[in-house]
Amino acid sequence: MSAAIKTKAIKSRKDLQNLREAMTKAYTSQTSKIIVCGGTGCVAGGSLKIYENLKAQMENNGLNVEVSLEKEPHDNSIGLKKSGCHGFCEMGPLVRIEPQGWLYTKVKVDDCNEIVEKTIKKGECVDRLAYRIGDEIYRKQEEIPFYKQQIRVVLEHCGKIDADSINEYIAIGGYEAFEKALFDMQPDDIVSEISLSMLRGRGGGGFPTGKKWEQVRRAKGERKYIVCNGDEGDPGAFMDRSIMEGDPHRMLEGMMIAGVAVGAQEGYIYVRAEYPLAVRRLMNAIAQAEELGLLGDDIMGSGFSFRIYIAKGAGAFVCGEGSALTASIEGKRGFPRVKPPRTTENGLFDSPTVLNNVETFATVSQIISKGAKWYLSIGTPTSPGTKAFALTGNITNTGLIEVPMGTTLRKIIFDIGGGMRGDGEFKAVQIGGPSGACLTKDHLDLPLDFDTLKKIGAMIGSGGLVVMDSHTCMVEVARFFMHFTQNESCGKCVPCREGTKRMLEILERIVEGNGNEGDIELLEELSDTISNTALCGLGKSAPNPVVSTISNFREEYETHVYEKKCPAGQCQKLKKIYIDPLTCKGCSACSRKCPVGAISGKIKEPFSIDLTKCIRCGSCIATCKFNAIKEV
Amino acid sequence: MKNTEYMYVDGIPVAINGEKNMLQVIRKTGVKLPTFCYHTDLSIYGACRMCMVEDERGNLYTACSTPPRAGMSIKTNTARLRKYRKNILELLLANHCRDCTTCANNKSCKLQDLAVRFNIDGVRFPNRADDNKVTNSSASIVFDSGKCILCGDCVRTCHEVQNVGAIDFAFRGSKMLISTAFGKPLSETMCVGCGQCAVACPTGAITARSEIQKVWDAISNPSVKTVVQVAPAVRVALGNMVGIPEGKDVSGLIFAALRKMGFDEVFDTSFGADITVLEESKEFLERLKEGKRLPIITSCCPAWIQYCEKKHPELMENVSTCRSPMEMFASVIKEERQERGKKLFHVAVMPCTAKKFEAQREEFLGKDGSRNVDAVITTDELTHMLKEAGILLNEIDPEPVDHPYDNASGAAVIFGVTGGVTEAVLRNVVKDKSRSALMKLSNVGERGNEGLKIFELTTEDGVGLRIGVASGLANAEKLLGMLKNGEKFDIIEIMACPGGCVAGGGQPFVHADVRKTRGKGLYDTDRMLSIRHSESNASVQALYDRLLKGREHELLHVHYKKK
Repeated sequence: MSAAIKTKAIKSRKDLQNLREAMTKAYTSQTSKIIVCGGTGCVAGGSLKIYENLKAQMENNGLNVEVSLEKEPHDNSIGLKKSGCHGFCEMGPLVRIEPQGWLYTKVKVDDCNEIVEKTIKKGECVDRLAYRIGDEIYRKQEEIPFYKQQIRVVLEHCGKIDADSINEYIAIGGYEAFEKALFDMQPDDIVSEISLSMLRGRGGGGFPTGKKWEQVRRAKGERKYIVCNGDEGDPGAFMDRSIMEGDPHRMLEGMMIAGVAVGAQEGYIYVRAEYPLAVRRLMNAIAQAEELGLLGDDIMGSGFSFRIYIAKGAGAFVCGEGSALTASIEGKRGFPRVKPPRTTENGLFDSPTVLNNVETFATVSQIISKGAKWYLSIGTPTSPGTKAFALTGNITNTGLIEVPMGTTLRKIIFDIGGGMRGDGEFKAVQIGGPSGACLTKDHLDLPLDFDTLKKIGAMIGSGGLVVMDSHTCMVEVARFFMHFTQNESCGKCVPCREGTKRMLEILERIVEGNGNEGDIELLEELSDTISNTALCGLGKSAPNPVVSTISNFREEYETHVYEKKCPAGQCQKLKKIYIDPLTCKGCSACSRKCPVGAISGKIKEPFSIDLTKCIRCGSCIATCKFNAIKEV
Repeated sequence: MKNTEYMYVDGIPVAINGEKNMLQVIRKTGVKLPTFCYHTDLSIYGACRMCMVEDERGNLYTACSTPPRAGMSIKTNTARLRKYRKNILELLLANHCRDCTTCANNKSCKLQDLAVRFNIDGVRFPNRADDNKVTNSSASIVFDSGKCILCGDCVRTCHEVQNVGAIDFAFRGSKMLISTAFGKPLSETMCVGCGQCAVACPTGAITARSEIQKVWDAISNPSVKTVVQVAPAVRVALGNMVGIPEGKDVSGLIFAALRKMGFDEVFDTSFGADITVLEESKEFLERLKEGKRLPIITSCCPAWIQYCEKKHPELMENVSTCRSPMEMFASVIKEERQERGKKLFHVAVMPCTAKKFEAQREEFLGKDGSRNVDAVITTDELTHMLKEAGILLNEIDPEPVDHPYDNASGAAVIFGVTGGVTEAVLRNVVKDKSRSALMKLSNVGERGNEGLKIFELTTEDGVGLRIGVASGLANAEKLLGMLKNGEKFDIIEIMACPGGCVAGGGQPFVHADVRKTRGKGLYDTDRMLSIRHSESNASVQALYDRLLKGREHELLHVHYKKK
């Protein structure tokens, strides 16, 4: 074994630079690397077992396996790393091979032997694990269309570095921006650099981050706080989770820079308890930074002190709202409060508070390192930079992507996302989670940025994209999201508590075939009242999925209400199943399969279905050899 | 001089004079915005959304939570606002028990008022009111979640005004409800029974636990002798039911009405208060002489006693051993007013819900297990009973109380207002009892509507006394905090309800300014009485000669059992 690089506590700027030099040397000298994805999706697919198996096999083969960077590099050592999410979750578990840049997809434990024998020992690619579209093979990760069309700024390190190693982060330039902010910039310079970059909050609202920092910097208060909102609760969104899991130090660095800029001494990360891996990686990252002296008192002799704490959320969606979030950290009920005063004046513990989301903080360090001009060169003039999206639904490539602001939906869905999965046609995409709106094929060529979406009554939200095909019922989509907001309403204000309950009630009766004339109009009236009178953003945006589906798919609602039919064929209660008496041979296979005994008849005579008993499970249709059972 | 700033309300310029929110500015223009969750005594909550106003660009603001801005122009009654307000009311009604005719708060319900005011002529949603959730483990109050509109007024009152925190919100969204911790029975929580939550409740969701039927039953039973005592604070609040101004002493009318209702004997709790003053003064002077167990803390308020037992049990030894005036009087009545062949039934009319609990306490049961006070009804309950009996308070003639407890001093009457007990005791402690001396005593710092009053006073013997008077338990907590921090006090008076008994949990709800009017009413009565201090109450002196001599401890004092 080789000697370890000495890592001592950093007491000065020079110490950090020395450490960075040593780590960069170690990092670059380690050319051969196997990076196993340790994101939640791949872990669920068994990636940790793959990691252990690879490790064991490599050691059994007498290879020099190196799992940490602190060891002095030596010949023939092969780095084996666990990284954060690579993004291409659809094809997980993923294993990246360096220096070749190959990406192995859908790797199983059984494949480990071949990887060791072929790739590690002989340097050959295991082609059957490479990504393919039709006959075309894409060995290198960067060549895969899913990756090729993305620009990864925030997710740059995710999937490339060991998420549990501060040294690896430092090796590739980590904490350089913090160092610059601390020693080479005045707090005002930091704020103005962020303002110049026109960075806008990635949590949904798109509020200018520089302006927020400026307000907190100017606010009077003995104590000030930096709070990171990691309470990502939108169904189908996992951008923030991936950053926290894959590159936790970059987020910490952003918070620390914010601390320097506004004069805060403490930071809190509010993260969902349902993200155990993110919590663990963040705790580890904070512990490492404290141990190294990057967090604590008088950091690097600068006189600046900063500590970061983790507050775990108990799962309330509303706690993603600023004032509910700070209340929750304080140990109170997660209730939003009326504004003014704003969080920037009176936030956590009644002190001025910078509250940004994970992605925003993760963007900060690069703006400080590379400058506002660089950032402005990406994206659109009013929404510069990139945005991470979680791509889910009826789409070929589900996963985590990052594209410049202003990218069209068409490019995201058809070029990066690989188009629709299955035989359905593109119908709509829900953007911005339960607070967002459904966009249709008319919107496919609109540039995705804060202002364009706002104009059409939608919002980027935190970045969830749920793609829906022609088999999706839009009334059911509205019902689903209303069920979610209804469950997650905090209950404080009347319009949201009572109004969403009534909207859900109406939507439920419509999808069950009990809709009444006037229900659509009543939904519109309630939407208007709720969106204008609710107390917080959650309530105000709660009707959005309903409003947008009614405005884009009104005829679908009408068909449900007036004809008691679901055009997409999704609403179970509206399905009618019948046996065509001309085709039925009377074999009784269907009636034997029926779980509720709804089918009866005499052998060799046409059978019939009792619709009052039928639960529309469809097992009879699948059973019938003569295609005699049909659904309308 | 600073130029006055103006904002425009419905086109009319209105001066901004330091108002904290637009609601207060708008009220100056004679427009009363609808509200459920806005209370001047509580923190801003902003949840009912009824007080929304619209600016020129169509932006909406909740007037209760938005500070007024100079030059801002808002409208209070636009088509949009009317629609939203109606929708909100409709949503609330859809989730509310609508059996108004059988509700205790029929015609005194804000939801009902606003439904009428906004002309709600139908509810388009199925009624989902919780109709089986009545919580009645407390001796003092009853909670019916089917009538709760979740405005949170009770929660904030319990936390902010009373520092008790027995109730809070539980669950989320449409499942949200007002609950004790872990849904425990109220009787097992920190609840002290003060009833301020019931006072704050805009609907009939929290009400005093009614004992009306019990009282009617006793009155109608020929083998029962019914005796009633009426507390001082009742007389300045009851008249309002028939339009007599708040603060006007209607004691004579109440005594007459109670006789009309069928009570056999009618007495004034002020008589009991006079005994309390004598006993408490004696106790204080003894403690002062010995320098032990000071400060003496008053014991008249049963909600305070519960608060002390639950939150500061170590201070119980400082609490005076005097029973409350109601209980002192009750033991006297039980001794003297029994009639052969009849069962004695003693009713107390109180401004208070905590008295209902006090009357049940084991310390106040006779040897045979019978209660000294058999039923406690609140001012509100008496109002209901008078209505039921058809007695019009403003059309009957006043009458005095019955013999032999037919005198009361002014000192006893002012028990109903914060600082009153202190003043009454001081009148007894000082030697110079001339009119001018007593007048001076009313200016030492005990009077006034402030929640916390601290003042110093030197007696004729040159003894310096430091006195603290608190009303509202959050204020009491502050005072006790000072005490625990080592500040010296000789007398501490605590009344659980803000302003004292005049604003008790059993009184009709009023804002702080009316509380003052009720207090003033008691001081007016005091000034008009020839007997101003308790020692000069001849009937009380006669009672000492007759019954109390040597039995003071047995009949007038109490040692609360440790919980």
